[in-house]
Amino acid sequence: MSTIEDRVKKIVVEQLGVSEDTVTLEASFVDDLGADSLDTVELVMLLEEEFDTEIPDDEAEKINTVQAAVDYIKANVEGA
Amino acid sequence: MSDAKLALVTGASRGIGKAIAASLGKSGFIVAGTATSDAGAQGITEAFKEIGIEGQGFVVNVSSAESIDELLAALKETYGKTPEVLVNNAGITRDNLLMRMKDDEWDSILQTNLTSIFRLSKACLRGMMKAKWGRIINIGSVVGTTGNPGQTNYSAAKAAVIGFSKSLAKEVGTRGITVNVVAPGFIATDMTDALDDTQKEALFKEIPLARLGSPEDIAETVNFLASQGANYITGETIHVNGGMYMG
Repeated sequence: MSTIEDRVKKIVVEQLGVSEDTVTLEASFVDDLGADSLDTVELVMLLEEEFDTEIPDDEAEKINTVQAAVDYIKANVEGA
Repeated sequence: MSDAKLALVTGASRGIGKAIAASLGKSGFIVAGTATSDAGAQGITEAFKEIGIEGQGFVVNVSSAESIDELLAALKETYGKTPEVLVNNAGITRDNLLMRMKDDEWDSILQTNLTSIFRLSKACLRGMMKAKWGRIINIGSVVGTTGNPGQTNYSAAKAAVIGFSKSLAKEVGTRGITVNVVAPGFIATDMTDALDDTQKEALFKEIPLARLGSPEDIAETVNFLASQGANYITGETIHVNGGMYMG
């Protein structure tokens, strides 16, 4: 079983079409990885599916980096 | 499970919606048609059987967010997929002169004819974005562009549908999703059956094609917009009105 971090990174790489080594924990989806606002919505959708959870809109807006996504999932998803 | 795409048509128990559902079904879509009552949904299922198209009727109250969520869950359960074609057709009229219009007459039109489109589009977009393909087709009205006395509420909602569709078309275009409006003129339905011959004669003077439109006239335009042939059309309003208003 891969770690939460790996699973999040894999989603980011696939959705944004960026190379794995650019997806660091701190990289901003928008500023560093070239995501547009719709990409960030889709990323959250994919995270919801991957971790079988629902992320409320006000929380979703704060998920701007891999680290933020990992932190949210660790804090809110049981068994992840 | 069928490979065919699922099309959701609201207000499909009669009139324009019924014709749209039939047309999309004949084009090979699985069609989920909605009505506001069990009897209406049952009628849709029977009508589909009769003309040999895949799909069935569902009950939904388009002005309720919960009801829409339940509908999407039911579609997922029944067909294992979400709609890739959404036709927002359900609508009502509550005509009155503005000076006499009650808050309720205003609010119910905005809820049913406009807010429902916001809710249903939002609910269906997730699946369309995943599929990188989708069609949202909103049924407007000629009065959204021309205005009509006694219909400030209805024409305001129908004009708003055009602005909504253009903005959404700009938001989701990169995902292969198009958003368009089909704006009918006077169509022969229960609504226009109430007109007498004198009223109809007067009306025909304003319509170069000198007849009421048929629900099929609208359905064929919707069917085209749902097809691959309409890939490059988005944010557009297509008027289907016999020439009574030319954009």
